Amino acid sequence: MDLSQMDLMEVFPYAIDLVAVLLLALGIKGLSKVSSARSANGLAALALGLAVVGLLVQLQPGSTAWLWIAAGTALGGLAGLITAQRVPMTAMPETVALFNGCGGMASLLVALGVALFQSSEPNLVSRISIVISVFVGAITFSGSIVAMAKLQGWLDTPGWTQSSLRHAVNLALAGLCLVGAIGLPIEPSGWALWLLLAASTLLGIGVTLPIGGADMPVVISLLNSYSGVAAAAAGFVVGSQLLIVAGAMVGAAGLILTQVMCTAMNRSLVSVLFGGALGATGGGGSGASSDAGYTRITSCSAEECAIALEQAERVVFVPGYGLAVAQAQHSLRELSKLLEAHGVEVSYAIHPVAGRMPGHMNVLLAEADVPYEQLLEMDIINPEFPRADVVIVLGANDVVNPDAKTDPTSPLYGMPVLEVDQARQVFVVKRSLGAGYAGIANALFELPQTAMVFGDAKAVLNGLLTELRGMGVGKTPVGSTAKGKT
Amino acid sequence: MSSLSEALWVLLLGSLLGLELIGKVPPTLHTPLMSGANAISGITLLASLTLIAQANGNQALLLLGALSLGFALYNVVGGFLVTDRMLAMFSRKSKSKSNSNANPGGS
Repeated sequence: MDLSQMDLMEVFPYAIDLVAVLLLALGIKGLSKVSSARSANGLAALALGLAVVGLLVQLQPGSTAWLWIAAGTALGGLAGLITAQRVPMTAMPETVALFNGCGGMASLLVALGVALFQSSEPNLVSRISIVISVFVGAITFSGSIVAMAKLQGWLDTPGWTQSSLRHAVNLALAGLCLVGAIGLPIEPSGWALWLLLAASTLLGIGVTLPIGGADMPVVISLLNSYSGVAAAAAGFVVGSQLLIVAGAMVGAAGLILTQVMCTAMNRSLVSVLFGGALGATGGGGSGASSDAGYTRITSCSAEECAIALEQAERVVFVPGYGLAVAQAQHSLRELSKLLEAHGVEVSYAIHPVAGRMPGHMNVLLAEADVPYEQLLEMDIINPEFPRADVVIVLGANDVVNPDAKTDPTSPLYGMPVLEVDQARQVFVVKRSLGAGYAGIANALFELPQTAMVFGDAKAVLNGLLTELRGMGVGKTPVGSTAKGKT
Repeated sequence: MSSLSEALWVLLLGSLLGLELIGKVPPTLHTPLMSGANAISGITLLASLTLIAQANGNQALLLLGALSLGFALYNVVGGFLVTDRMLAMFSRKSKSKSNSNANPGGS
């Protein structure tokens, strides 16, 4: 009887681990389909819960250990709960970066603990694992925090990071990392550990800091992949196969996702990582803030725009990052409700990389109760633009630049764009003539059918609402509204 | 060394599995997928738990372990809840508001 119980206790952790791995794999797979995404997320959460229970049964922690586990759980769990509930949908990219950095930090701390305080002498394998864990963990942490700070606008891109000086600095840091990595296995708790820790942290900052806004999602996705690698390395450190599998899975899947994002932006991973911020390195003339390049700009007031909207039959909104910054999704929804009540056919054109993260606009507009069916992806909406009476571009820039199709010398050439220039009339709502992330002029702004409405997206949308209500739009039932009453 | 080769096999197969899992992802799901995968990478909390359980009363190890557990759990709990929040919006919209009470399913 004793024997059979022993067997069960030995088999149990393996069984749990296997189930957990299976659920994790199903979770990741399910997350890539709209219909199954939500349950897949729950599945993955369940898998993690199972893994924890399985491990605790196996480890049998003492009462002191339980106390510390409770402390850590309360701290992290509560903070996570609060952050997840409080954070606005517009700040999702930053939030993911922050969470990711913390994951990296966790792997780093485990490696530090083992290297500094473990009583048993670590063998060569775990020494090498410590090196990887510290290196990747530190880069993930510092890189993610820099990414978050840049997305929040707390950090700018310093000028020196755009010169080739940064390559020299980063190479030197990488060299220091290498020295630390070679020295560490010889004496795990000596100087090499601190050198590796400091150099990796600085390297994470040095690599992330030069990267510009549009490329940030790619970087976060890559860092996300790193945190998987860090978890796998931590798995080697503590000898957990489940951790190795899960870490490797996330690492590899993150890499694929990074590649998918790069493809959507027509950028290569190498140019994202080493090319610096787009435009800053391109032909010097097209600086980030110059509007001197424009000669035929027409600007108009909200009133003129409102008149055009009132007479239109088909209106397409093209939301971009400006909409997210201005938190204008609710105003936009209100405006489209008003127009729909007026009998106007409204749809939204969603570019794959509109906003700061792929899918950013979908999340944002979903928050404002925009019906899912009205969000049209690029391939579907592009043939529809010639039929659109009015297109309103809200804080989007590079994703509607016609040069990407027509001008082989443009840095954007080849990037799939929304063919807004095919519409009868285009209004571009923008705060200034400043360039987009790519730092280049937009030929759309100078087309004869384009008019600029300068201002914050939310203010302009609210202005349009006031104007339209002033004209009596939406007050009368659809049927009795005379179109074109002016 | 057999445990090492075993672990390396596990690493290799896990990586291959990860490469195969995500093929075509609609752009809509890029952000939630990234966020979900990110939550999963918080599984490093298993290492934190191991560190605490095997600390043998070493205060420094316990403290580091608990800190690391906190960071990892922040990643896990926050990550899953945030992903659920995003995905809840999609499903509510596509089912035309039939299930209005969005219930976070994370642990």
